[in-house]
Amino acid sequence: MAEVLSLQEAVSRHISNGDIVAMEGFTHLIPFAAGHEIIRQKKRDLTLIRMTPDLIYDQMIGAGCARKLIFSWGGNPGVGSLHRLRDAVEKGWPNKLEILEHSHAAMACAYEAGAAGLPLAVLRGYIGSDLPKVNDQIKFIECPFSGERLAAVPSIRPDVAVIHAQRADRKGNVLVEGIVGIQKEVVLAANRSIVTVEEIVDDLGASVNACVIPAWAITAIAEAPKGAKPSYALGYYDRDNAFYKEWDLIARDRDSFQAWLQDNVFARVSEHAPETGAQ
Amino acid sequence: MSIEFTSSEMMCVTAARALTNGMTCFVGIGLPSEAANLARLTHAPDVILIYESGTLQTKPDILPLSIGDGELCESALTTVSVPEMFRYWLQGGHISVGFLGTAQIDRYANLNTTLIGDYREPKVRLPGGGGAPEIATNAKEVLITVKHSKRTFVKDVDFVTTVGFGRDGKARDNVPNIGRGPTVVITDLCILKPDPDTKELVVTSLHPNVTRDQVIEATGWDIRFAEQLDTTPEPGARELEVLRDLKARTNAHHASTQTSQQ
Repeated sequence: MAEVLSLQEAVSRHISNGDIVAMEGFTHLIPFAAGHEIIRQKKRDLTLIRMTPDLIYDQMIGAGCARKLIFSWGGNPGVGSLHRLRDAVEKGWPNKLEILEHSHAAMACAYEAGAAGLPLAVLRGYIGSDLPKVNDQIKFIECPFSGERLAAVPSIRPDVAVIHAQRADRKGNVLVEGIVGIQKEVVLAANRSIVTVEEIVDDLGASVNACVIPAWAITAIAEAPKGAKPSYALGYYDRDNAFYKEWDLIARDRDSFQAWLQDNVFARVSEHAPETGAQ
Repeated sequence: MSIEFTSSEMMCVTAARALTNGMTCFVGIGLPSEAANLARLTHAPDVILIYESGTLQTKPDILPLSIGDGELCESALTTVSVPEMFRYWLQGGHISVGFLGTAQIDRYANLNTTLIGDYREPKVRLPGGGGAPEIATNAKEVLITVKHSKRTFVKDVDFVTTVGFGRDGKARDNVPNIGRGPTVVITDLCILKPDPDTKELVVTSLHPNVTRDQVIEATGWDIRFAEQLDTTPEPGARELEVLRDLKARTNAHHASTQTSQQ
């Protein structure tokens, strides 16, 4: 049953050095507040999984939290590179980063298979691509019925899932609205889960087919208003596209990145909403 | 009478014209998204645009910066989960056209968005595959739009992220349940199409005021030209007006810092 904790307590209790951590949110509802708390608590040697590492993993990688990254598209959407990710891959700064890369379709299927309790996901994918040559977790199998050659990847079963959502009710049931991405799948695929929410309310106001994750499928809930900024929370605030563009300059240089990290992550306490720095 | 336009506008309008009403188009971010929305706002109001974030039949008023901007969701018919998007809608065979950009493309229309150099010691690390590897094989056909330069148009890509026709032009031969692959590549200089037999890209149309030499100069292999070489029709006044309005709206929106809108 979901326990309502402070973000500081949730991260401290449920994320340990060396854990396999999947922090999801497909462009929308990216759990930045939780990412910043992980940076503040100086978690190390994490295996980070995310379809689109986005700024959140750029920041965590640059801060030295990650040992390995599993991903499928590692850019700053519509802007360019993730410079901290590139610096880690190309130059080993601040530490060497092992990478394992997939396609979106394969990762989406792997999360779904994890949620379904299966050891692998099967898809019609990777045909003609060089990705299977550099990722030994991509295999091909023959369909026992049709004989068709299909791609197989292991399911994703993280130690911890972290997502952000619009709201939870007082029992800990969570409503996700808008681009729901793989929020539900990652929570169900993981051993433990932390869900940060914009607010805790009396009534979720969910329609009958809404994406609701029951309290008994979640480990911890933490209130984190504006916790997805500079990404967005539909119904609460828009994506801060200007900051995504600004990040390109901040992250390009190690010193300016570290100064940003100091001012915007370390100098803030977890209960405060993370500022994007774009004001 | 001739209207002034840039080579980027020429590329975008030409790419937009490749889309028609009745198509279900899986749209990549950047140039494809710009062209697809131009098509929807001009000659193809009923073209169905789908983005990998799960937004089905979306009608954004401004171009999204990311694949999952709120604008896409709020203007969509409905929004599904990402696994559903890739499994049911793409792999399930509902996409007629995949519309992609790229960092590198080779003579067999293979796309590289992974890296320049060697995989373990990359010179330049690029974002990676994203949705493209499966869009390119599960959509019934693929349109590609990319700026023409020697750095982009290489004889062989450093890494095949997304298959066109493979290293030998035969990657799709005898593969069941696979789309036709790239049918057209639209650049700021010309239109290229795969040769029906060899699958090597051939220039079929030059944009107005572009010479063969310019294309040869901007291509990293010994590029061939079709015997029947066309001149691409110029952009129309309305297409340019709609495109410029769309870009102005988009730039204004993306430049402003968004604040809380409870």
